Amino acid sequence: MRNPLSKTVQELAPSGIRRFFDVANTMDDVISLGVGEPDFDTPWHIREEGIYSLEQGRTFYTSNAGLAELKREISRYLKRRFQLPYTENEVLVTVGGSEAIDIAFRAMLDPGDEVIIPEPCFVSYFPCVKMAGGSPVRLALEEKDEFKLTKEKLMSVLTDKTKIVVLPFPNNPTGAIMTGEELRDIATIIRERDLFVVSDEIYSELSYQGDHVSIASLPGMAERTVVINGFSKSYAMTGWRLGYAAGPEEIIQQMIKVHQYVIMCAPTTSQYAAIEALRHGDEDVACMRESYDERRRFLVKELNDMGIPCFEPMGAFYVFPGIHRFGMTSEEFATSLLRQERVAVVPGSAFGECGEGYLRISYAYSIENLKLALGKIQNFIDTLL
Amino acid sequence: MLQEKILRNIARNSRISTEDLAAMLSASPEEIREAVAQMEKDGVICGYPTLINWDRIDAERVTALIELKVTPERGRGFDRAAARIYQFDEVESLYLMSGGGFDLTVIVHGRSMKEVARFVATKLAPMDDIESTATHFVLKKYKEYGLSLGQRKTRDERQLITP
Repeated sequence: MRNPLSKTVQELAPSGIRRFFDVANTMDDVISLGVGEPDFDTPWHIREEGIYSLEQGRTFYTSNAGLAELKREISRYLKRRFQLPYTENEVLVTVGGSEAIDIAFRAMLDPGDEVIIPEPCFVSYFPCVKMAGGSPVRLALEEKDEFKLTKEKLMSVLTDKTKIVVLPFPNNPTGAIMTGEELRDIATIIRERDLFVVSDEIYSELSYQGDHVSIASLPGMAERTVVINGFSKSYAMTGWRLGYAAGPEEIIQQMIKVHQYVIMCAPTTSQYAAIEALRHGDEDVACMRESYDERRRFLVKELNDMGIPCFEPMGAFYVFPGIHRFGMTSEEFATSLLRQERVAVVPGSAFGECGEGYLRISYAYSIENLKLALGKIQNFIDTLL
Repeated sequence: MLQEKILRNIARNSRISTEDLAAMLSASPEEIREAVAQMEKDGVICGYPTLINWDRIDAERVTALIELKVTPERGRGFDRAAARIYQFDEVESLYLMSGGGFDLTVIVHGRSMKEVARFVATKLAPMDDIESTATHFVLKKYKEYGLSLGQRKTRDERQLITP
């Protein structure tokens, strides 16, 4: 029999997170600090709107790009929160931010086109670029720069083939953010070199040092940026699978073409719930942000007190402490911690080679849970020293 | 600002430790202690009761909501009548209401319906300023002070590790 598999897919490395998850999943009583989703339930008024849409029998496909009402609300939201100019025709509602990432690359890449992927980062960009036929180029960010993308770093990897720069901020797993000033430097290069940006802003509402700034709000950038966002992190709606892309109509129209062939439309119930989230959810977002911020401060202080140095993350819901002094790889550290103390954290190496020597610890947990886990991490460290 | 943040936290969990609060709010434990002491002194924080679902241990305990129509007193409105009512130990809460054909809402606890009925008949109804009473017994409590008394999630339903 011939090999039934695609070489491209076979060559994709299995997700490091998956491997670790399989180990953790065989154990009982694991306290996890390993998830990338909110611990809050979706606010009730949003859930209730989803239920109501079902009661009304709104159980059909929507138009491919999403409900007109929802696209209008997304356009308004992007304007009022981040000063983005995209109209409702420049918005595509997707199955989570993940789908938007996938089809943005598929709509924009030809074989040989290079995409700069600053790491450590979310695990999907690299395989999505590969599957779209593009050439991913890893760019290692460093703790000394607070894991921000600098002008110098970006310049060092640009070639004639570079087409897209991925901007994953606020960042999973480091919690790094980019300020308006820092983005201006990057934007200058993007414009001068005639590049495009895929800006993954899924954590935009979880920024703890003033409001998030989108690179698309800078002069001359809206027309060369696809902004990816969604409802999962900001409104605690991961299971609803709803995200969106906003960008220049020329790109969004081609993305809609891909989307209509492979997805048809995002889940209808989720779309109705999302309208309610955008209209009446600001207060919920502010409340959750305040809770995350308190946990963030708590966790950073406790880790530093424990002798696990950790730069102060200003976004998302992760801290990314270094564990170099313990003389183990991050996978060894995380595996021993899991086996000895039943605490699950994610090895930094799962987010790119340059994440080696770090751990991703999520604070999408109650303070009580964090305390319990920190006590166990302390026990573990005591056995190492 | 710090005061409000402290209040929002202890409103949910008054047993949270000073040290934890300090870390969460990037303040020193001393600052937290001082702020709490000040708010206790100012009467902003009036106590630290525990939310108890009495139904779980004492099926006989009853709660009643009583609507009172009261003749207001010249110059003092309802305050004097209210003061005479809220000093009874049986009274858990007392509110002055707008509209609805009555003035005060009293929430009363008792060991039985009979006990509550006796309280209303012998203590509240005969008061000079009280024109009428209407007593409503609570059949089931679903939520109090922002906390659900019914089923609570005890398990984290999320996957152990997700990207």
